[in-house]
Amino acid sequence: MTATVTTLPPVLRRARRRGAALGLLAWLTGILFFLPVAWMVLTSLHAESDAATNPPSLAAPLTLDGYREFFGAAGGASPWPSLINSTMASVFSTLLVLLLALPAAYALSIRPVRKWRDVLFFFLSTKMLPVVAGLLPVYLIAKNTGLLDNIWLLVILYTAMNLPIAVWMMQSFLAEVPVSIIEAAQMDGARLPAILARVVAPIAGPGIAATALICFIFSWNEMLFARVLTGVTAQTAPVFLTGFITSQGLFLAKVCAASIVISLPVLAAGFAAQDKLVQGLSLGAVK
Amino acid sequence: MSTSLRAAVSPPPTTPVAAQRPPAPPPQAARRDLRAWATRAPLLPALIFLIIVTQLPFVATLVISLFNWNSLYPDDRAFAGLSNYGAVLSDPELRGSVLTTALLTASVVLVSLVLGLALALLLDRKFRGRGVVRTMLIAPFLLVPVAAALLWKHVLYNPEYGLFNGLLTWLGGLLGIDGPAQPDWISEMPLIAVEASLIWQWTPFMMLILLAGLQSRPLDVIEAARIDGAGNWQVFRYLTLPHLRRYLELGALLGSIYIVQNFDAVFTITSGGLGTANLPYTIYETFYRAHEYGLASAAGVLVVIGSIILATFALRVVSSLFSQEVSR
Repeated sequence: MTATVTTLPPVLRRARRRGAALGLLAWLTGILFFLPVAWMVLTSLHAESDAATNPPSLAAPLTLDGYREFFGAAGGASPWPSLINSTMASVFSTLLVLLLALPAAYALSIRPVRKWRDVLFFFLSTKMLPVVAGLLPVYLIAKNTGLLDNIWLLVILYTAMNLPIAVWMMQSFLAEVPVSIIEAAQMDGARLPAILARVVAPIAGPGIAATALICFIFSWNEMLFARVLTGVTAQTAPVFLTGFITSQGLFLAKVCAASIVISLPVLAAGFAAQDKLVQGLSLGAVK
Repeated sequence: MSTSLRAAVSPPPTTPVAAQRPPAPPPQAARRDLRAWATRAPLLPALIFLIIVTQLPFVATLVISLFNWNSLYPDDRAFAGLSNYGAVLSDPELRGSVLTTALLTASVVLVSLVLGLALALLLDRKFRGRGVVRTMLIAPFLLVPVAAALLWKHVLYNPEYGLFNGLLTWLGGLLGIDGPAQPDWISEMPLIAVEASLIWQWTPFMMLILLAGLQSRPLDVIEAARIDGAGNWQVFRYLTLPHLRRYLELGALLGSIYIVQNFDAVFTITSGGLGTANLPYTIYETFYRAHEYGLASAAGVLVVIGSIILATFALRVVSSLFSQEVSR
């Protein structure tokens, strides 16, 4: 691949052919990675007898039976309580995260306290400690205070789980707000809540929204805490899914339907936050 | 961690930019104190909340790890010193899970990083439908982890009707081979089965980070190199790769943090069987099923120590990225 810049036309032709080949390669890998997801969608739309075939059946008639089964049409546990629990845990913990992280990020980026980077790193360091090592005391405390199988316990834990990421993300988003605007608002006598609501929020709004979506995703996905700390009443959607771990082939369409329905909020939130997703997941280090 | 705590709680007053602190006139000290607290106050709710919910349980874990405590025999609870740690380190099963954790993390991070780099390079070029390909690639990362694990366990790996064996049968039919091999993926290669599903989920993440890195490359330098006669490989080797180094490090470290802690895939695909139990799964089993609170806590503390070592590197990497950004 020596670049012979002087003889343009053949090089250009070769480059174009190479570009097309690489584009094709990108498409093929993209399809390869997407294939399991697509197959899951197709399987969820097949009758159970058509879903579990070898070799795979592409032409089998489509049906929504898998989804009907999942929502408890033929008896069995209804997924609604767990979906509602997941929604509650995710939404309330996300709101709590915003409530706590926004002022903190403000203190770290717009009016930085002394040694603010140390504080920021402290937040990050809590994220790097494995949750499994703190699980037992939390379990014991919950058991002794009667908080076991209570959705609010998950709200508190998910808030703590997401707070470091949220502070980091928002810190980087708020740092983009020009200090001069805030100073002008302060001169006009605006206090912190007013500044946050009227000056900071409009500018850093998209970033804050992305932060909220990412916190929502993490809370929705969480399974270990939910499995250990909830039982019947506070069971979340991922824990509901674990009920399918040992299920046999007859319920393949139902398993796929369940996985898709429970992943839908995350897929929606993820695609919505796509651009800011990397920045958030890499703790604001990558722009 | 202690220094950062001190920094957050220490009384000295603050000014917006620490480095440029002007000498303060003494009579206004009280007012200055008040202002300092006003600056610091918004930080406190989040800090206090985090310390209570994340740090205190670790202290409790540390204390429990020093006790002989099986919740099935509550009367036998007794101070045991460091014997739990001895037990953890000498238990072949627990030692095995340390090895499994290391293997799982290293292989998943490395493979997904290499694949992610290849995909990022492919997607950095303009081609028709790039947005669609990008969206298709992100999808695996956006499935709920348990759902993704179920997909691999039931829909892809199942020896009788899974997609993989179905494709083998179909290919065999095309090539005229009667009864092609139908491996039982999970029991024949349990660790690889778990790794493959995780690599599938994490490659998109690596791709996204590296793509961001590629798109932040200084194009003028590359152009200059090309004019000087540098080929594609030379540009990649001497310009792109060094520029991507920090992004590769960041991807590796963030991936490690999450995959060391992985529970969902191990729990779902193999239930920790067949030598795939990693540390989080083993700790979960030790405390949730075997009710060995002391042992589980000791193992947990050891995981924390391992993570702190990892985190020290991680913080240094993030810190270097961060200072680069500040100096910009």
